[in-house]
Amino acid sequence: MAETIARCRPEVICAYPITPQTHIVEALSELVKDGSLHPCAFINVESEFAALSVAIGASAAGARAYTATSSQGLLYMAEAVYNAGGLGLPIVMTLGNRAIGAPINIWNDHSDAMSMRDAGWIQLFAKDNQEAADLHVQAFRIAEALSCPVMVCVDGFILTHAFERVDVPSQEDVDQLLPPYEPVQVLDPEAPVTIGALVGPEAFTEVRWLAHEKQLRALALIPRVAEEFAAHFGRTSGGLLRPYRTEGARTIVVALGSVNGTIEEVVDGMRASGVAIGSVDVCTFRPFPGEALRAALREAQRIVVVEKNLALGMGGVLAAEVSAALHGDGPVVHTVVAGLGGRAITEDALAKVFARAHAGELSELVVLDLDTRLVERELARSAETRRSGPVASNLLRDVGPGMRRIA
Amino acid sequence: MSQEVRFYQTGTLTAGNRLLDPGSRTVQASVDRSNALTSGHRACQGCGEALAARWVLDAAMRATSGRLIAVNATGCLEVFTTPYPESAWQLPWMHSLFGNAAAVATGVAAAMRVSGRDVRVLAQGGDGGTTDIGFGCLSGMFERNDDVLYVCYDNEAYMNTGVQRSSATPPTARTATTPAVGDLPGNEFGQGKNVPLIAMAHFIPYVATATVAHLHDLEAKVLKAMSMTGARYLHVHVPCPLGWGTASEDTIKVARLAVECGLFPVFEAERGEVTSSRAIRRRVPVVEYLKIQRRFSHLFSGGRVDEARIAGLQAIADHNVARFHLEREESA
Repeated sequence: MAETIARCRPEVICAYPITPQTHIVEALSELVKDGSLHPCAFINVESEFAALSVAIGASAAGARAYTATSSQGLLYMAEAVYNAGGLGLPIVMTLGNRAIGAPINIWNDHSDAMSMRDAGWIQLFAKDNQEAADLHVQAFRIAEALSCPVMVCVDGFILTHAFERVDVPSQEDVDQLLPPYEPVQVLDPEAPVTIGALVGPEAFTEVRWLAHEKQLRALALIPRVAEEFAAHFGRTSGGLLRPYRTEGARTIVVALGSVNGTIEEVVDGMRASGVAIGSVDVCTFRPFPGEALRAALREAQRIVVVEKNLALGMGGVLAAEVSAALHGDGPVVHTVVAGLGGRAITEDALAKVFARAHAGELSELVVLDLDTRLVERELARSAETRRSGPVASNLLRDVGPGMRRIA
Repeated sequence: MSQEVRFYQTGTLTAGNRLLDPGSRTVQASVDRSNALTSGHRACQGCGEALAARWVLDAAMRATSGRLIAVNATGCLEVFTTPYPESAWQLPWMHSLFGNAAAVATGVAAAMRVSGRDVRVLAQGGDGGTTDIGFGCLSGMFERNDDVLYVCYDNEAYMNTGVQRSSATPPTARTATTPAVGDLPGNEFGQGKNVPLIAMAHFIPYVATATVAHLHDLEAKVLKAMSMTGARYLHVHVPCPLGWGTASEDTIKVARLAVECGLFPVFEAERGEVTSSRAIRRRVPVVEYLKIQRRFSHLFSGGRVDEARIAGLQAIADHNVARFHLEREESA
């Protein structure tokens, strides 16, 4: 991934360590230090807030800027995330998807990405390591074409710490797909501009609408860039979404990111035993590809959205958006919350839940592999005495040594 | 900041420029000044920050032959200069957030370095954006020795949001969040931070304090700072008529009293060592500075003078005078 990013010729890279993205910027720091990525400034900053702020300054001054973060880091830079979106600066950021605490947890889910879904960034989700690399080339291209920041979401550990053979695009190929950065707005003494003025009620609505309209334009651009990429490299990466065996499917599974690999295995198995099931891998989460999803899901009777986030007090973010895209008519939408804080999503568990959905036996919101015994025990404890102790400590004590639930 | 000739007129050091030889005249005196912060902005009458910013930026523009980019923290200076669709800035200028001006400036400087462009960067903010919310980014910029001149316009509270206490608010001062009520009205003793000294602790090339009471000195320090590279910090004392409760025509007067009583020491430091300070010409007790500001009026109200707390402020002033050797015979 780092090599591909380097071949995108970023000119300013800012980094602050947080697991699980750190080794990406570590590798980039080496490429800058040994001179193989040149010209490029690698800046070690004091926080994620500073990391994105440095990228904001660099981008506004005409440099191609890159940073990476995860989880708490994304939240710590939240104000700057919205600022970069509002200013329309084409920064590319890798998000090594990780759960948000408390309780602190370094493993994978999508809570971080969901927290910034309305910040004016394009959000792309990688299915595998090859796509994680490829999406960065497309991300810079899309960002700079629209003057809009792009977040490349890569599942923490599952993708960030996986070893897999990956075809790294050659420098010549990347250069062909990615022309030098030509900023829309730039800080330049030859033509002074004021960037970041105070905008009151007289024009704020219009500024926001234009940012929304830019996202809508991205809906048209993202598939074009993916096609161009495919024509150039002979492999499919990116795009809005990818239906898998949805022909004639009565049940269709929808998901973001690497879990699609597991889901497709399950779909294959169920198809082999005659179940009319397919899946849709949503690569572009922002802008939300509502129309494309509607077309892909039209024929299905049941939709099962597998998602790695739990919007507390509501359910699943992706499921809610899928439902909205379907305008409330047509297929039933189920939410299957899975893989929170790195809990493994097994083929077995998915196959069972898909079968129940296909048979019309699944409730609207399911949490995969939820240990209800643990939950009940804690509820009883807190009902018994007010000072029942920190929930996380209580549960870990119940689980016992070895934290068996991870695998 | 030595000048060959010093004129003492109307009780001040503000010599008329036409009395100076052309080489000693200020950038502001020149018809070629850039007017980087031009007229028509919406600052209050008597705004010390607007005055200082104008002098600072025109001097920096002179030093860089106009090859300058400014980054601004959120605050009065940002708000009164850029109400969309108007802008009072005649140089490339950017505002991102309240707390990240130093980091954004780092990014701009990095972009210039990578592209080989000979353009310098100046970041600016108020005391809130510098000593409080922007402090992390400021310290980071210092420690990396990024090529940025950061200018703090210190009016000793959050004026843009309606005069709330900052870590630069002096003890006893009344603000909206340190109201003049109770046994110990106003801001407390034993709090606050001295960012020029903290900047020095980063051993950066240049740290200086300045004031709108001594504009020649302010300008000279900007020119000196711009002759250097790396992280540089300039802390400018800028009275706020609204927040301090002073008459708008008294901005220079109150700024001068702050220096003469010793509460605002004017000095320079290089690589962590103080290299010069400005001697006090006519030492005055802190009472003279305090009594013309409504933010300190509770120290004198109700027919009772709060001698104990005034003495506390006098002790701070005395400490500054001793520490920076402010009371001495001026060299000619």
